Amino acid sequence: MNATQVAAGLRGGRHGDIPARRVIHPWPLRVMHWVNAVAIITLIGSGWQIYNASPFLPFTFPEWATIGQWLGGAIAWHLAAIWLLMLNGLTYLTWGVASGHFREKLLPVTPHAVLRDAWAALRFRLPHEVGTYNAVQRLLYLGVIALGILAVLSGLAVWKPVQLWPLSDLLGGFFMSRIVHFIAMTGIALFFVVHLVLVALVPRVLPPMIIGGHLEGRGIHQ
Amino acid sequence: MTVLNSSRRKLLGRALAFGALSLLPGCDFDNVQHPDLADDFLRLMSGWNNEVQAALFNPNTLAPTFKASQITRPPRFNAFYDISMAPHVDVATWRLELSGQIGDRRPWGVTQLRALPQESQITRLVCVEGWRVIGQWSGVPLRHFLRAIDADTRARYVAFRCADGYFDSIDMESALHPQTILALDFLGAPLTAPFGAPLRLRIPTKLGFKNPKSIVALEVTNKWTGGYWANQGYNWFSGS
Repeated sequence: MNATQVAAGLRGGRHGDIPARRVIHPWPLRVMHWVNAVAIITLIGSGWQIYNASPFLPFTFPEWATIGQWLGGAIAWHLAAIWLLMLNGLTYLTWGVASGHFREKLLPVTPHAVLRDAWAALRFRLPHEVGTYNAVQRLLYLGVIALGILAVLSGLAVWKPVQLWPLSDLLGGFFMSRIVHFIAMTGIALFFVVHLVLVALVPRVLPPMIIGGHLEGRGIHQ
Repeated sequence: MTVLNSSRRKLLGRALAFGALSLLPGCDFDNVQHPDLADDFLRLMSGWNNEVQAALFNPNTLAPTFKASQITRPPRFNAFYDISMAPHVDVATWRLELSGQIGDRRPWGVTQLRALPQESQITRLVCVEGWRVIGQWSGVPLRHFLRAIDADTRARYVAFRCADGYFDSIDMESALHPQTILALDFLGAPLTAPFGAPLRLRIPTKLGFKNPKSIVALEVTNKWTGGYWANQGYNWFSGS
């Protein structure tokens, strides 16, 4: 057994002076990502069905894109999936702070860096760096987390305008809460579209979100 | 609700939009008599949501009240049938039948109800569909009526049956809320047929469908009796 074979054997191990390979997406993140995907899709699909019962804009969502088949089914799905979203979201926020994920991956994000990376992205000159988020990604991820929190708060205000009246008042009352809820949904849905388009453009980012993936020594800036 | 009901039937059997849910066949209360796995799951979650809402309910929190100038005019009719189908009840012979855990079960007429102290409110009715209207109702606070008939207010539910076959039930805590009234008047005049003559429940701490109209029977009970819409899949508590 020569030195190279020994090194190969130790790779991924936790002893010796060769560091363990780092996982691109650790398992808690992957689990929460897919739980969140199920919750968000259920909430948006059923939410569109609920909106269709009393639209406040001059359009309704196509039936094929809705979940629940009728208002009662849609509300039942919506108020079931919200628990999944809230539990998963609270776990994610707690994990993100405790594990240092937010600090390491999403911060800092400065206006200068966002403008620089956005300009590079528009000229298709922003390479995908495995395991590192560029400033535009950081802004979008932080933004969609904020929208998720806004969606939950405005949803609570729509659900309980009497019992949670301070929250309802804060958002401008029952009808304004519906509008804020709709705007938050729209932002999340747009994020979802951009997210899927980028995955389609750079499909190699998908497997790591399923099986984890590893940061190789020379692969970091591939 | 008529529109919803017919469109619901039209949509029966329609495939679900997203693969994430396609593993749950024929869900969403397609067939109330034959619940499937998804229905059972949704019922379980709806039961949990009933518990959460009961815990959130504060008997001292009042629903917002409004100025007379904010009343929605003309008032909006809503039922699970067309306005022409609204039941016409003969006020002279109408009696409110009482049953269950009530000390004095003698039926009540409109004149007797009007002899009790009346309270008026200008409150907002929020429909489960998402729209809302503001109206002015007056009548007998339900908690005063329950006292007048010597009802057992430690019982869990107050259930209502209506002239049009509608039925619903509410939790006792909500029944005793100061803004929960047995309304006789709407917009300053006796209730008309489409708006629930001669007696309806007005409960601004719950969604619109929890405000049964043209009530003919009231029961105080520990037995959960559900409701017309709750039995089809709407959340039973449906607090606001």
